Amino acid sequence: MNIVFAIIAAVTIAAAVAAMSLRNLVHCALALAVAFAGIAAAYLQLGAQFVGFTQLLVYVGAVAILVVFAILLTRGSEPPQQTVLSSGWITGILVTIAVLGILVFAIAKSSLIKGEAAAQPTLTVRQIGEALMNKFVLPMEVIGLLLTAALIGAVIIAMKEEK
Amino acid sequence: MADDLDQIFVTISHSIVGLFPEFWQPVVSAILAIAAIIGVFASLFAVTTVFERKGLGRIQNRYGPNRVGPFGFLQPAADGIKALIKEDVVPRAADKVVHFLAPLAVVVPAFLVYAVLPIGRNMVLVDFDAGVLFFFAIGAATELSVFMAGWSSRNKYSLLGAMRAIAQMISYEIPLILSAVTVIMIVGSLSTTQIVNAQAGYHSIGLPNWFVFTPWGFAGFVLFMIAATAETNRSPFDLPEGESEIIAGYYIEYSGFKFALFFLGEYMGMFAISGLAITLFLGGWHAPLAALEVVPSWMWFFAKLLAIIFVFIWVRGTLPRLRMDQLMNFAWKFMLPMALINIISAAVWHFMVRAGLPGYQCWLVGAAIVAGSYILLGRGLMEGKKIEKRTYRFAE
Repeated sequence: MNIVFAIIAAVTIAAAVAAMSLRNLVHCALALAVAFAGIAAAYLQLGAQFVGFTQLLVYVGAVAILVVFAILLTRGSEPPQQTVLSSGWITGILVTIAVLGILVFAIAKSSLIKGEAAAQPTLTVRQIGEALMNKFVLPMEVIGLLLTAALIGAVIIAMKEEK
Repeated sequence: MADDLDQIFVTISHSIVGLFPEFWQPVVSAILAIAAIIGVFASLFAVTTVFERKGLGRIQNRYGPNRVGPFGFLQPAADGIKALIKEDVVPRAADKVVHFLAPLAVVVPAFLVYAVLPIGRNMVLVDFDAGVLFFFAIGAATELSVFMAGWSSRNKYSLLGAMRAIAQMISYEIPLILSAVTVIMIVGSLSTTQIVNAQAGYHSIGLPNWFVFTPWGFAGFVLFMIAATAETNRSPFDLPEGESEIIAGYYIEYSGFKFALFFLGEYMGMFAISGLAITLFLGGWHAPLAALEVVPSWMWFFAKLLAIIFVFIWVRGTLPRLRMDQLMNFAWKFMLPMALINIISAAVWHFMVRAGLPGYQCWLVGAAIVAGSYILLGRGLMEGKKIEKRTYRFAE
């Protein structure tokens, strides 16, 4: 537990809380982007450069923009005046406790927490690339196909109907 | 002597850091490097504004600024003082917090990306293993700050400008990254220093080993610079701020120093992306001729940077603004396919070079792929379109 991790964790959790509790939806989306960036910083602090930068590129660069666009295109420009707690908050709490339980169970069983943590492997981007292109080439191709299909589907939906 | 001059900033930095106790040395060295980057590039920004206004003036047959100081070169100082003492007007309906944070969110990422640019030999702030990825990841954060500025102003024009800017940045980010991918494929590394090292040395005919002198590198460089122009919202891709259409886009409601910050962020983004283009395609800090190696490496970086800035100014003074549909068609129907074909051309080049074929054969095949696809794609897109002389109802 060092100072850098404490700062990153505090910022991430504060941003996540803000994303849940702010009244204006756009503010929530911006706070969510800060939380994403905080998670990216946590990855970087663990020495996972590739994952950290990709997190930033995908979540802050693309997902946050998508969320913001969705809010702007579906709601009016006036900030909504609704209560902070949504009606399904009891279900929400149950789901949260279940997820927390699973996470705690998984972490407690993990080998990392028992024995002394093994020497941190220095993983270069080259190794990730080689693993993706050799060992995991089939899953990667399948994901590529899936994304291409999604892209084509989006274009077809957006296309004007020929009269 | 030449080596001393080449490493002069590294030596100075080391000797200053040496004055401090060991515990503080990493902090001091980081602060020194950050201060140097901010100082040098912010003054380059000041100089560039004068050059830009004078250059545009020259192109448009007028003088440009020539009153403050010798030849008008103290104009940025006057502008800076003006921006500082101007009233900071915030619209009553604006979202105060987001409106305040947006200029900061523009400037901070713009400066962050300089951390991975190798400015000279041994002169890079952090040598990330994934440096190029860092550059694009931080660059992607700018889109959100543009949205913050446009949305928080509660102004139709600024929201329209922000929407235009985001649509444009997302569309042109794809060809930008795809044209950089060719270099990453050939070098086999995402680290900016290794990319620069891969471009060291000279061909037998005297040309430097830069990637821009290969067919895929040339096509990649042109695509990268077009996408970079769009990414930095400069003319002819300045629709997000088009003064005659939406006044000034997402920063209409900013005045005084906040406006100056937007201006600064925009120019910093331009310098940074030009620096990345230099790193990827123009050999970084390497000298263009073996005989010119005596000139310090950092001077070459800044010479190349100024040359690219000059081209940016020249293009701005020459080309008219695109229309929105032209902008999108160009990105998705021309830039994207060309960038993908260019990746194939780079792969073919890689295997031909590895097979030990002579250089001119690799060159011919690569050039045939790039030029052939360019001609076919251009013909295909122009098919069925009649270009005739335009008539204007009210402007003649």
